[in-house]
Amino acid sequence: MKIVVCIKQVPDTTEVKLDPKTNTLIRDGVPSIINPDDKAGIEAALQLKEQTGGTVTVVCMGPPQADVALREALAMGCDDAILLSDRAFGGSDTFATATIIAAGLKTLDFDVIITGRQAIDGDTAQVGPQIAEQLHIPQVSYAEDIKVDGKALIVKRQFEDRYHMIKVQTPCLITALSELAKPRYMTVSGIVDAYEKEVKVLGFEDLKNNFDPANIGLKGSPTNVYKSFTKQAKGAGTVLNVTADEAVQAIMDKLVEKHII
Amino acid sequence: MSKDIYVIAEQRDGKLAKVGKELIGEATKLAADLGEKVVGVVLGSGITEEAKNLYKYGADEVVVVDDPALAIYMTEPYAKALTAVIKECDPNVVLFGATSIGRDLAPRVAGRVHTGLTADCTGLSIIEDEEVGKLLAMTRPAFGGNIMATILCKHHRPQMATVRPGVMAALKKDDSKTGEVKAIKVEFTDADKNVEILEEVKATKKIVDITEAKVLVSGGRGIGGPEGFDMLRECAAELGGEISSSRACVDAGWIESSRQVGQTGKTVRPDLYIACGISGAIQHVAGMESSELVIAINKNDTAAIFGVSDLGIVGDCKVIIPKLTEALKKYNAEKESN
Repeated sequence: MKIVVCIKQVPDTTEVKLDPKTNTLIRDGVPSIINPDDKAGIEAALQLKEQTGGTVTVVCMGPPQADVALREALAMGCDDAILLSDRAFGGSDTFATATIIAAGLKTLDFDVIITGRQAIDGDTAQVGPQIAEQLHIPQVSYAEDIKVDGKALIVKRQFEDRYHMIKVQTPCLITALSELAKPRYMTVSGIVDAYEKEVKVLGFEDLKNNFDPANIGLKGSPTNVYKSFTKQAKGAGTVLNVTADEAVQAIMDKLVEKHII
Repeated sequence: MSKDIYVIAEQRDGKLAKVGKELIGEATKLAADLGEKVVGVVLGSGITEEAKNLYKYGADEVVVVDDPALAIYMTEPYAKALTAVIKECDPNVVLFGATSIGRDLAPRVAGRVHTGLTADCTGLSIIEDEEVGKLLAMTRPAFGGNIMATILCKHHRPQMATVRPGVMAALKKDDSKTGEVKAIKVEFTDADKNVEILEEVKATKKIVDITEAKVLVSGGRGIGGPEGFDMLRECAAELGGEISSSRACVDAGWIESSRQVGQTGKTVRPDLYIACGISGAIQHVAGMESSELVIAINKNDTAAIFGVSDLGIVGDCKVIIPKLTEALKKYNAEKESN
């Protein structure tokens, strides 16, 4: 099976803090990581390869620094890596991003494309389905489990209140929940190999015949950010440092005062 | 010209989901600002009668695609049906619930009709743009809830958004309202069924929807372990509430993920939220800060949760919660005997 995994390099948003004085984000020193759902996707792809043979190609759109994320994926065991990178790609919203990634994927031969469900910096969950739409292939999102069934896959698709066992023919696209697979660690030999391998870089000139240039980048994005702001913090109330019995009394008084009890 | 706000009112097993009613409530306000109508859209099989209920929640018109091909949710037939509705009706705005169905369907359809889509919105309003006139301003958390971003879709129609369940308020149901349902016919072929659903398994355990609870007693790492939730459950029972959790406890396997509050969990706004041993990471706060009354118990007097609490208690919740449960039991017993 020829498997392609799409990953995103993201800032570790759990490490982001607000500057209490200026109420702005402190971005300095925040590490960049492979998006967690995407990493589960890499693991699922490697497991599929172990079952069926074939190759795993990892694809990332981003700035040149995203090379690090691709090397990490190679060190986990992916066979090839492609970086989609060009200044012209900057400022893309999910539609434009999916247009570029789909154009990159058209240069490859694939049976299965795996993306993470959503990235922790944007949380949109849109790029996977939009890639599938551009490539005119079926999608199964929110995948909790994947099994091979001949040339098809059987995917356990999660909903809030149920799950579906879905049989999907290849080629198809699957979006991975982080529960799908627990990512393996990089091996020492894997890390050495990863830095000997070539990461292929594809830019605007390489892909221009695979998309409409009017549909990429900031100008090709249907949506744009009008403004961004930090939330007004809810004002702090009383904080008591008293004995447990006094604390319980204070809580009871509050519940009575607010007509909760 | 594109006009009106179309709300895709999700149904499961033929029953309208709450989020669709919330969206119709919100859409009535936006529609007033735009001078347009609110149209409820239901996709499914045998759902025409149920769809009429949308009038009771504030819809001005109701549109259905009622076809056996839509009996069970599948991406492609639903995407085809909705694309047909958009092509025929030319809406100005299309809203979806940000559920596991809405977030699967909306991007597929936005891609097909080539328009913008804003995910997981928590605020919608109408603004006046110098260049193109009235626009939908879609506000959503980004960067793990650290910042809010307001997004516009200036030159493509419809303007599309998915909206978080539990954030918008439904109108009070008005049983006197009803109306006709407009049916749109879509031809489905075998090729549309490009996946095969082998099995549908509904959750056997009754899933508690924490977004519906009036009182939530919520546990974080500070409750010490999975048994900590037993203590919280007992307290919640006295308050007629439910238990919920921070991400840390879900990740540790102490409790099921459906109880998680926060950026990657659910947004809740109960009358009372008691945060026990929760530090108050911004991702957690994003999911509970609209609660009416917040009481936090934490050993660490500098815990961020105190910054969003009406009443903060510096102390060990493993000591305080059992005492609180006792006090509530006594209070409830006295109330009953009176």
